[in-house]
Amino acid sequence: MFNLFLLQALNGIQLGILLFLVAAGLTLIFGVMDLINLAHGVLYMVGAYLAATFTAFTGDFFLGLALALPATLAFGIVLEFLIFRRLYDRDHLDQVLATFGLILILNEGVKMIWGAAPMSVPIPDILSGSMPLIGNMRYPFFRVAIIASGLLTALGLYLMVNHTRIGMLLRAGATNGPMVSALGVDIGRLFMIVFGLGAMLAGFAGAMVAPILSVEPGMGDSVLILTFVVIVIGGVGSVRGAFVAAILVGLVDTLGRTFGPILLRSLMDPSAASQTGRTLAPMLIYILMAAVLFFRPSGLFPAKGTVQ
Amino acid sequence: MSTGLSDAAATARQIDIRPVRRPLLGRQGASVAAGVIFAGLGLLPVLAWALDDPFLLVTATRLTIFAIAALSLDLVLGYGAMVSFGHAAFIGLGAYAVAILAANGIEDILLQTLAAILVSAIFALITGAISLRTKGVYFIMITLAFGQMAYFFMVSLSAYGGDDGITLANRSTLFGADVLESDLVLFYGAFGFLVLAFVGLRALVASRFGRVLRGTRDNRLRMQAIGFAPFPYQLTAYVIAGAIAGVAGVFLANQAEFVSPAYMTWQRSGELIVMVVFGGMGTLVGAIAGAIAFLLLEDWLAQFSEHWKLWLGILLVLLVLFTRGGIAGFVSRLSGGARS
Repeated sequence: MFNLFLLQALNGIQLGILLFLVAAGLTLIFGVMDLINLAHGVLYMVGAYLAATFTAFTGDFFLGLALALPATLAFGIVLEFLIFRRLYDRDHLDQVLATFGLILILNEGVKMIWGAAPMSVPIPDILSGSMPLIGNMRYPFFRVAIIASGLLTALGLYLMVNHTRIGMLLRAGATNGPMVSALGVDIGRLFMIVFGLGAMLAGFAGAMVAPILSVEPGMGDSVLILTFVVIVIGGVGSVRGAFVAAILVGLVDTLGRTFGPILLRSLMDPSAASQTGRTLAPMLIYILMAAVLFFRPSGLFPAKGTVQ
Repeated sequence: MSTGLSDAAATARQIDIRPVRRPLLGRQGASVAAGVIFAGLGLLPVLAWALDDPFLLVTATRLTIFAIAALSLDLVLGYGAMVSFGHAAFIGLGAYAVAILAANGIEDILLQTLAAILVSAIFALITGAISLRTKGVYFIMITLAFGQMAYFFMVSLSAYGGDDGITLANRSTLFGADVLESDLVLFYGAFGFLVLAFVGLRALVASRFGRVLRGTRDNRLRMQAIGFAPFPYQLTAYVIAGAIAGVAGVFLANQAEFVSPAYMTWQRSGELIVMVVFGGMGTLVGAIAGAIAFLLLEDWLAQFSEHWKLWLGILLVLLVLFTRGGIAGFVSRLSGGARS
């Protein structure tokens, strides 16, 4: 039982790390530009497709990843230039509508270019084995690599936001954009950098899961909703909050699906327990969100206009 | 009251991003437009009979059902200024009320409708009470998340079809008679409810309740200053809208004779928002027109391209970028209306 718990906890952390990569960009974009971007999930999808294509083209996952990252960055900047910069001063409803339209465009566009059938990416040979945990339990290298790269990214983001000039501008921009602009900072360029960075992080998450999930149109939609739950729990605009909330959501979701039915079995007969457990488990994270909001309406780490 | 100050500060911050969308038509114009739409919709069965095209009747029923749903969303979105992104969940709950009761031997449409209203209203009451603790972008994300929660609940409800949905053995009955098997009766049932809902909501938004709601939309801070707490008014509007959308779900289940979680996806919620916004928010009649126009546009685009969603998306982005305030705003700019 403990082994199962450990395994599922690792899976939960891995899901949480992925959610963090997507949520970090989204929460920064909201915190700095006050923009609600429903299309952030499709950037994750585009990242996965680009990684799959470049990997197939070069025959090497790492080369594919190295090409996919600048490509999603460029894609994000093009989108910012064409659409998003016209949305910053609109109300949230306009932003919702335009980004909803963008989801339709990109989901359908991906279907037109790559077809509706799922693509698969082979796990690179060097990461295809598994490492021993306690006893005879083993855990795949590739998932360890996802966790490690996500943690490194989180550390990098923390250092960037708190200890670099661009991070300082980010925090200042989130607190008072017009004042930063008045002090002579090109706020338009800052917004573009933030958006491109957010797109690249989402694309990175998509590229990293390409080998373990099927790459298909609409794959970003479910991630988007989970990301919203993460951001709401963590506090809109807070990178630190997004990290804590992402791990929390990943763990609750994964452990709830495994252990919910097992716990219920001690209360009711097995078939009813597994039925109830299967029905309730997907709702757990929403119940968690509702509970957090009930006690802290602006999330665990309310950013109050600052990026933390 | 310690939250009062931050509440007020948050509102003040949001004043400049609040939707500034004035109705395109005056009260009189709205009545005329509603009359024209209802006459056109109500006479569609005659046209279907004259053209001997039974499919037209099916389309008319679908238009009517989504008009009901969009109408109810307008109360929340247009009058309550709450951007609810989970409205399709109520349609789904209403549809599942029919399917689950029918599977357990209760086929009377009045009982099913009562159950649909109760379930939708209770779901709206609970999720609305939690969601309304927040504002702005939080509210959008939370209603979206609650909508998805209802969706995943139905997906994992394998006793009633789960992901695949559940086919109804037959349509609902009325006092034991299977009158709804006739497409014509079903259409006029839905149509009658649409008219009823329109008249009822119009009276509601003109009442004291509606004035408080509109006042909160236009200036929340001022309403609080003169002694109104927005929360109970907004929550009541949210619950009423949820219940009406639940009834739309009852008709949808009967029209399709099939119920599945696909009715309550978040894309469907997004489409409902598009219908209301581009029809003109806060006019009621605009929501009906928007629903009809949107569905017809969808059907039309689907005819000449299998990638119609792409074109729909492009249209949507262009409309938002180049017209402020949707089609209604576009028309009023064309007609020279001064806008701030």
